[in-house]
Amino acid sequence: MTEEDAVQVPALEARHLTLSWDGEHVVVRDVSLTVAPGEVVCLVGRSGCGKTTILHALSGLTRPREGRVLLHGEDVTGVPGRISYMLQKDLLLPSKRIIDNVCLPLTLAGTPREEAYAKARPLFERFGLAGCERMWPSELSGGMRQRAAFLRTHLMGNDVTLLDEPFSALDALTRADMRSWYCDMARELGMATLAITHDVDEAVTMAERIYVLEGEPSAGVPSSVREEIRVPRPAGGMSAADFALTDGFLACKRQVLTLLR
Amino acid sequence: MAAQGDKPSDQSNGKSGRSALAPRRVWIPVATTVAILVVWQLVVAVGLVPNFLLPSPTQVVWALGADAALLASHSATTLVEAALGLAIGTALGFVFAVLMDRFEGFRLAFEPLMTVSQTIPTVAIAPLLVLWFGYGLMPKVVLIVLTSFFPVTVSLVAGFDSVDPDALDLMRTMKATRWQTFWQVKMPAAMEQFFSGLRISATYAIVGAVIAEWLGGFSGLGVYMTRVRKSFSYDKMFAVILLISVLSLALMKLVDALQRAAMPWKQAEGRGSK
Repeated sequence: MTEEDAVQVPALEARHLTLSWDGEHVVVRDVSLTVAPGEVVCLVGRSGCGKTTILHALSGLTRPREGRVLLHGEDVTGVPGRISYMLQKDLLLPSKRIIDNVCLPLTLAGTPREEAYAKARPLFERFGLAGCERMWPSELSGGMRQRAAFLRTHLMGNDVTLLDEPFSALDALTRADMRSWYCDMARELGMATLAITHDVDEAVTMAERIYVLEGEPSAGVPSSVREEIRVPRPAGGMSAADFALTDGFLACKRQVLTLLR
Repeated sequence: MAAQGDKPSDQSNGKSGRSALAPRRVWIPVATTVAILVVWQLVVAVGLVPNFLLPSPTQVVWALGADAALLASHSATTLVEAALGLAIGTALGFVFAVLMDRFEGFRLAFEPLMTVSQTIPTVAIAPLLVLWFGYGLMPKVVLIVLTSFFPVTVSLVAGFDSVDPDALDLMRTMKATRWQTFWQVKMPAAMEQFFSGLRISATYAIVGAVIAEWLGGFSGLGVYMTRVRKSFSYDKMFAVILLISVLSLALMKLVDALQRAAMPWKQAEGRGSK
């Protein structure tokens, strides 16, 4: 590996993934993708095209039938715990207060509780959760719960996160807020993100690049990447909400929709 | 908005909202119960039913008072049996539930047997237990263990099954051990169902002890019951029935209190939902 290559190593790379649930039916065939450090990338496809299967394999929860998963060039195929994973459901444990929920990755790893608290407390304000430390998850709104889930993800200490339709359970306004909040936070924290969604607006709003999946595994056609699209995001920090009103946004949305049809 | 019931002087300055509903929830069942007791008292007083067959409510209360000391010592026996049986039954149920959750083979092996065991009536098995274990504490405790074990096991297994598989995946991505996942995710998730099972077991426990005592023993409310029945003291019969109800209710309330202490987050959920 040369010096120049070292700079180019993606945070996350999937190489020729072929996946199957049961070892028999192939759901995803030969999918390759990359996410650069700090980059937000979306994987778009119709429901049932195997998006979640791809995230499971990337997170190490399942082993791909073929192909490899690389984290900063290191082979982590089938190794859970190196890449964070956030779902549509926040999965906060109802029996733990918010601070204990967000500290879970630390306490599970054996960090003493006080030490974990000390690490987490200063982050509450930054994550828009000031004052929620001692609350139970049921006392928080959906958007706040997602913030807590993201803080927990952040405390896992990984710099790559997979998002599985993370905001689709929220109401439309909260969803829009959370999208731009997440993208800002991810950039600030240098968190490389691969999000899957069937919502084209969401993909074009959030992502710097989009992979469009096509295929229908239930009909025996494995999914694969049809096209990779670079979102024409204007340079100079335009907010996600403003970008969504530009012609560039619309053109890109049209392009993705055409590909999905 | 103040609920002006039949007693205007009472609670007229109570808070609105939740407490405005509470008096209705109290006085309707209380009034119904009182009405039934009054009718019962009248039926006996007028002589519609001969008094030696049906004692009046006041006679029952007198009987309860007159035999208070004796009833207290018999209650102690029954309560010890119930507590022991319930504790052992719950512990055993917990072990079985954990094994059934952990090992599919264990579950397949025992699930049908457990269901079948529940179709055997308690009264059928109690005489056998007396035959095998004598007149002491043992047959009573064994019977309660047998009856209380099942609701606890079934409710715990259902509780473990109710855990969101995604939560288990999340624990895996956080490199949690099986043990950590069990205590941090599965146990708390199963608590609610566990306590509903325990509540059922608690009611079975007192009744189970009494049934076992009927069939032989030296002390206990069931023993007292058979004795007063043989002497046709029906007022005392009713008194002990009343006592058994009260004890069962008290035990259920104890389970409720335990649940509140064990699940502090439930109260927050109650507040949040409305």
